[in-house]
Amino acid sequence: MSAAVIDVRNLKTHIVTRWGTIKAVDDVSFTVAPGETLGLVGESGSGKSMTCLSILRLVPRPAARIVGGAVILDGEDLLGKSEREMQRIRGRRVAMILQDPMSSLNPVFSVGMQVREPLAGYHGLSGRALRSRAVDLLASVGISSPESRLAAFPHQLSGGMRQRVVGAMAIAAPPRLLIADEPTTSLDLTIQAQYLRLLEELQERYRLAMIFVTHNLGIVAKMCDRVAVMYAGRIVEAGPVEEIFRAPLHPYTRALLESVPRLGESAEWLTAIEGQPPDLAVLPRGCAFAPRCPRVMDRCRAEEPPELAIAPGHSTRCWLHAPA
Amino acid sequence: MSPAPLLEATRLTKHFALRRGLLGRRTDIVRAVDSISFTIEAGQTLGLVGESGCGKTTTSRMILRVEPPTSGDIRFEGAPLAALDREGLRHYRRSVQAVFQDPYASLDPRMRVAAIVGEPLVIGQRPTGTELRRRVRELLDLVGLPERAGRLFPHEFSGGQRQRIAIARALALSPKLVVLDEPVSALDVSIRAQILNLLHDLQRRLGISYLFIAHDLAAVAHMSHTIAVMYLGRIVEMGAAAEVALRAKHPYTQALFSAALPLDPGGRSEEIILSGEIPSPLTPPPGCRFHTRCSHVMDRCRRDEPPLHTESGRLVACHLYPQATA
Repeated sequence: MSAAVIDVRNLKTHIVTRWGTIKAVDDVSFTVAPGETLGLVGESGSGKSMTCLSILRLVPRPAARIVGGAVILDGEDLLGKSEREMQRIRGRRVAMILQDPMSSLNPVFSVGMQVREPLAGYHGLSGRALRSRAVDLLASVGISSPESRLAAFPHQLSGGMRQRVVGAMAIAAPPRLLIADEPTTSLDLTIQAQYLRLLEELQERYRLAMIFVTHNLGIVAKMCDRVAVMYAGRIVEAGPVEEIFRAPLHPYTRALLESVPRLGESAEWLTAIEGQPPDLAVLPRGCAFAPRCPRVMDRCRAEEPPELAIAPGHSTRCWLHAPA
Repeated sequence: MSPAPLLEATRLTKHFALRRGLLGRRTDIVRAVDSISFTIEAGQTLGLVGESGCGKTTTSRMILRVEPPTSGDIRFEGAPLAALDREGLRHYRRSVQAVFQDPYASLDPRMRVAAIVGEPLVIGQRPTGTELRRRVRELLDLVGLPERAGRLFPHEFSGGQRQRIAIARALALSPKLVVLDEPVSALDVSIRAQILNLLHDLQRRLGISYLFIAHDLAAVAHMSHTIAVMYLGRIVEMGAAAEVALRAKHPYTQALFSAALPLDPGGRSEEIILSGEIPSPLTPPPGCRFHTRCSHVMDRCRRDEPPLHTESGRLVACHLYPQATA
């Protein structure tokens, strides 16, 4: 096992609002090794995107602030870096692909200009060498006739093609860590299948450490080696994908897996999770999932469960698994 | 013989004219929906699946009479819509309701929930105050909301609860058919099962039919009795939900359902990844519209468009399955 590319330790990001301080990321820890994919799963507001933005130190300031922990990239803590240093890390060592390619691409510049920009910046290329690298890069993300696409503008491309261009820019360096935040949510199903295949190929070629943010458990099953399930700012369960899908420990993980309709299972009713998603401004005492948990105990409403290691690499925050 | 279906669409077609070129002199035709036929039985669900531009939303808009068909007709309880008089159309509009994707956009933020849910009643039936309050209470109860919800505003509810309000409003006039256009895709994953169960329960209790449109194929398979798969304005396969979802015949259906990823970390083997993109409905390929992306493509597919015909108990439009000569 090689050393982790990214080691997030006890990360805490808070957002100050009118209604009080929201713990958007609350004591989150994980590592990702080269060539490994970590799935970050959770509902809207669970803190998965805020975790990723914290790694890049791009949380919306001044409302949101990283208040504690460490984000260690190849042995260096990013939280101690100056803004200038961070600018040399973003894109070059940690790249990110977002859900909507139109918001990552500039509509008034051609694809060629946008792909050349990181190449010129990272590798100091210019002239013919730069152009030929840009063409190679577009070809490597599966864009056909890349020479002619250089002159195209983002609006002239389909959603799938745009997301490929974003992918090309993300691997221009290539980075050590690639964060993909719902990269296929805006794509059609058959185009999503193509894009997931592309990400797998790129990861293998560059041995990228990858964080894959999604709410789609099917994508987690296909793409990820390990998974961390987030609820109300905390990781409530983390472990190898096979283990978590086969034998989930946390009632929330189990409920999520059971509530999704499956092809080929003709159960008349789905197992629904009762209640509503938590309001982060007024979280209950104890475990945040307790109000919806089918196996809630008195202790859950009084004390917050600590992180409990159950098996090597598999942990959960749930009193059900506390040693008696 | 079985009675007439609740709704029957025959060779339903919608073309949009696009003015292009200098001074809009050139007109291109988008064949959004091109001669499709299907039926919706009373108390049953027809699932409509396909990717963007396949025409599923245009189809639902024609059923809701937001969009007049270019040709073809829709019969409701045996009567063609085109021949309905004012009173007949009023009856149709009451009988066919809709629930849309985004409950944040579909509810008026300035109205209290009781007014939102009661609005169709006020317009349609002019009930007395007591009657209206009783019916609104019934509707809220039906969708699992407490009575006091009626006094609140939409912003006081979460996404799943708002979708319940939208469903209550759709049920106000006791419709026979409800068009569900992506009813759960804007909701949190943990809430989707609640709403799907609610819709299923309402169908059982009230005997309503659904036209269910969604890109989550497992959800469509779960909810539907029949599934129709559309590609570029055409139905390419239609049949019993389990048959189409699990034993698809058309190569497009096979690829589509294989792209709906199973929750099984081991089962990564039999995935079909299509090459190429979805062609523009402005210039659909000649012959079979799917031939540009099909791995089984034959010469014939580039030339002749395959008709929808019976194959293994469902309808398929593909030359791989030769039509039995009549």
